[in-house]
Amino acid sequence: MSLPVPPTVPAVADSASGAVRRGRILAVTSGKGGVGKTFLSANLAAALARRGKRVLVLDADLGLANLDVVLNLFPKVTLHDVFTGKNTLEEAILPAPGGFSVLLAGSGLVEYSRLTPEIREQLVQIIDVVAPRFDHIILDTGAGISDVVLYAVSMADEVLVIATPEPTSMTDAYAVIKVLATQQQRQQIRLVVNQVNRAGDGRVIRGQLQLVSDRFVTPLLPPGSAAPRLDLVGEIPLDPAVRESVKRRQLLLELMPGCAAAQGIEAIAARLDE
Amino acid sequence: MRARIDPIASDHSTLKLADALQLLQRSGHLLPERAQVGDAVWLQALIDALCEMSSRDPLTGLSNRRQFELALASEIDRVARAGEPALVLMIDIDHFKKVNDTHGHSAGDLVLKAVGQALQECIRPMDTVARFGGEEFAMILPNCPPSFGQTVAERVRLKVAERKTDIGPGQPVSVTVSIGGAFAPQWVRSSAPLWVERADQQLYRAKAEGRNRACLEQPIVSHVSAEEKGLLFGTSKFQDIE
Repeated sequence: MSLPVPPTVPAVADSASGAVRRGRILAVTSGKGGVGKTFLSANLAAALARRGKRVLVLDADLGLANLDVVLNLFPKVTLHDVFTGKNTLEEAILPAPGGFSVLLAGSGLVEYSRLTPEIREQLVQIIDVVAPRFDHIILDTGAGISDVVLYAVSMADEVLVIATPEPTSMTDAYAVIKVLATQQQRQQIRLVVNQVNRAGDGRVIRGQLQLVSDRFVTPLLPPGSAAPRLDLVGEIPLDPAVRESVKRRQLLLELMPGCAAAQGIEAIAARLDE
Repeated sequence: MRARIDPIASDHSTLKLADALQLLQRSGHLLPERAQVGDAVWLQALIDALCEMSSRDPLTGLSNRRQFELALASEIDRVARAGEPALVLMIDIDHFKKVNDTHGHSAGDLVLKAVGQALQECIRPMDTVARFGGEEFAMILPNCPPSFGQTVAERVRLKVAERKTDIGPGQPVSVTVSIGGAFAPQWVRSSAPLWVERADQQLYRAKAEGRNRACLEQPIVSHVSAEEKGLLFGTSKFQDIE
């Protein structure tokens, strides 16, 4: 098992220019809840950490956070304490099993289910401080298309939409793609298809989503622009090991490394780390 | 002078109502005869009158900013629950300073009243119109479909522009307004300050584009039509997956 990253990681200066390098910020979102956002965020972080990367997962589902539940952590310090000034940001960055760091929101903070100018300001500051210290920052967003989700996504360099082959999940993924294309002018959206029955289903789903986006989203955009290109970064097969790991509140990559779903996640990490 | 101790209170505490009564009297509120209706009914009427007073702008009689913010917060809850679209308009009188500088502040007050009245005439019973501050007004229009937004805002703008205020004998003054609007669309939860901020941004745009116009934020499109679903699931490829 790899060692946890210490809470305080010094910023890296680019040796050539001396400028501070920023890690890549990836927002994980889905539209529909319960399709594996937090599961993917945590295991993807572990897979990237195994590749030697410094990774931070920020629980951006401020209203209904459950990264702590997935990772079986009982944080004493959360984002809430940073927002209220009770603790410093340093104190809230915690090591997680799997060798990455987390910034947890803490469950049930209903007051954060709405984006206020103060929270927005706080989030920007936090991202600015942590960005230079990590190679990858994963924003695990909430379900739905709330202001908080859209704002968290807008701070990210890249957005990853996760969907399952369920029609409801595909519809909501498509709605997210539509909103991100029209509201944020995203040119590219990463796609992960979770719980696929058969290898290759992910490609079919990507094709369908792209087809509908090209036909229905393009006319909503300014003349000359096209619907975002959907980049399938991988698919995760339906695997009983996933349920088991979630039930045991352990990372799949630690509990059953090498299982089909874990291999899918490792392949996604490799693609994102290119 | 000692405030009158009101006998309505219980043995252990006293209510000092003199200031409140004076305030209501001065602003022309009439309370029922206490001897006729009894203490409880009378006190309720007094509280109601104070509530009413604390939610109104004294000059225009419109809702004040406090009332507007309360209405906005409950509208956000309603939108989040019912999924109906709602529109907020921020309305600012163009070159109002010039009215004050040229004709004096009492003329300015008459213009504010007239604009308030014009706005009041534009709304449906469920809408809220408020004086937001200074020469800025705000409207909440529940259940306003995005396709109606521009028409509604234009109607408000024209209504104000058509109005003439007599600030003295034979001295009609008319003003125009700039309007900014933003929707709280289905699915998207928002906060009151953020919603107003979005409408304000459109108001700045209306001002920058030359005033006397209405600019509305393009609503976020998150609706998935039956046609789109048909294409998403209709082909044999998807049937194959299932």
